[in-house]
Amino acid sequence: MKLLGDDEISEDGEFIINMGPQHPSTHGVLHLKIWLNGETIIKVQPNLGYIHRSIEKMSESLSYRNFIFATSRMDYLSAHINNLACALTVEQGLEVEIPERAQVIRIILSELTRLASHQLWWGSTGLDLGAVSPFFYGMRERESILEIMEETCGARLTMNFMVPGGIMADIHPDFQRKTKAILSQIKTNIKEYDDLLTGNVIFEERTKGVGIISKEDAISFGMSGPCARASGVSCDIRKWFPYSGYEKVQFEEILETSGDCYGRYMVRMREMLQSVSIIEQLIDNIPEGEIQAKTKNVIKLPKGEFYQKVETARGELGVYLVSDGAASPYRIKYRSPNFSNLFALPQMSKGAKIGDLVAIMSTLDLIIPDIDR
Amino acid sequence: MFIKEYFSTIYRSIKSLLTGMKLTGYYFTHLNKIKTEEYPDNRATLKMADRFRGEVVMPHNENNEHRCTGCQACEIACPNGTIKIITKQEILADGKKKKRIDSFIYHHDLCTLCNLCIVACPSDAIVMAQTFEHAVYDKKLLKKILNNPDSKIMEGVE
Repeated sequence: MKLLGDDEISEDGEFIINMGPQHPSTHGVLHLKIWLNGETIIKVQPNLGYIHRSIEKMSESLSYRNFIFATSRMDYLSAHINNLACALTVEQGLEVEIPERAQVIRIILSELTRLASHQLWWGSTGLDLGAVSPFFYGMRERESILEIMEETCGARLTMNFMVPGGIMADIHPDFQRKTKAILSQIKTNIKEYDDLLTGNVIFEERTKGVGIISKEDAISFGMSGPCARASGVSCDIRKWFPYSGYEKVQFEEILETSGDCYGRYMVRMREMLQSVSIIEQLIDNIPEGEIQAKTKNVIKLPKGEFYQKVETARGELGVYLVSDGAASPYRIKYRSPNFSNLFALPQMSKGAKIGDLVAIMSTLDLIIPDIDR
Repeated sequence: MFIKEYFSTIYRSIKSLLTGMKLTGYYFTHLNKIKTEEYPDNRATLKMADRFRGEVVMPHNENNEHRCTGCQACEIACPNGTIKIITKQEILADGKKKKRIDSFIYHHDLCTLCNLCIVACPSDAIVMAQTFEHAVYDKKLLKKILNNPDSKIMEGVE
């Protein structure tokens, strides 16, 4: 089939439509240019740059303590994990020993972030596919998690709680009690999620067999996180390259083989239970002690390159930092999970119907500020 | 075979829809299980968490004294240039010159509430206030001078 040029419209029903940058289903300012033949998608071209804030360039003029705050604005639903990635990179250069207590609290907060992120995704997926009620159920648990965050970190989304050397403050006295309460609540509520959406016939019809991507393609597009694991790619950074004490906890890497929207959905649903079990293992045995390793007031890293990758709620986030020995980084590059995942979208949606594109996008769980940075 | 599958699909569909409806119906009839906070109406009882970051404030005691020494650690710690401290030289009673703050300018519109200034402050002069609803009609109102007029530094703070 001949592809159309940018401004061409053929006579046999092929045409171009623009989805976004303000389309509500795109979860932000993502602009997709779609070549259509009737209702069938011929080609999709993502168009980026609408929310570029030059976080990488900005970091070059900020000190090693300061540049971390901006990463909360990349993937704002896994802000803690982004902050952790930066903190770990700086610690790699400093070669400091992080206190046990700080490490455990870091894992608990990261997993709570993952839970909150997956719950928002669950709600908005339902919303995208025409079911309004899941959004409210998903928001309900997320709200309880955000209240814990607010109490301990002081903010709900952009926490900036991880600092080089440890965490900014000790946990709130109510933290353990409230976390345990939310865990038991989540375990009963995931059954409600299954009743409401997982077994629903309309949902199954719209997701099963839609947006399939093979294991080979997922690897060659550089996909990571739940999207790649749904195609059977074992890529959990927490298992393969454990950081911050993940090697001490028991959990299972969730893998599905179908590679379609339903597979991606099921990976996240099962991952939530794994996060719950990780927090359960740690919440009662938070060791006593310091929350921050001693670092100098002005941090200076030795000359060299540092790379640290972590598993955010959406996949592999890599932080590449070049230091020339000064008080601020020479260059920072973020390898963000959403960028790679988005560029598998043209492959997934080839030949699909325009209505399926929304389902594919919502199960990819794209966060646009993370794509542009 | 085809007819059997046809009817089993219909049965499964209706069952899955009813399962969902049952859950919605449960919350429809159990109003006490709903957690919604009706925000503008609950202002009187709404209490923010102790560590909630609303804005940076400088507490003063009853004698109109603050703890800020003008060391500018917060100004250096701030990633956005939110804080600007203007200092002046003050001549003490024994004739020595000492650096004091003239005005502590805080741009609330630039602030990302990252808490780095509070952590950096060596003399606990600034804290985060639990205020919210900061919208104003004029941007100039967000530029605040945190030290009170004619305020002095507290005795013993260095």
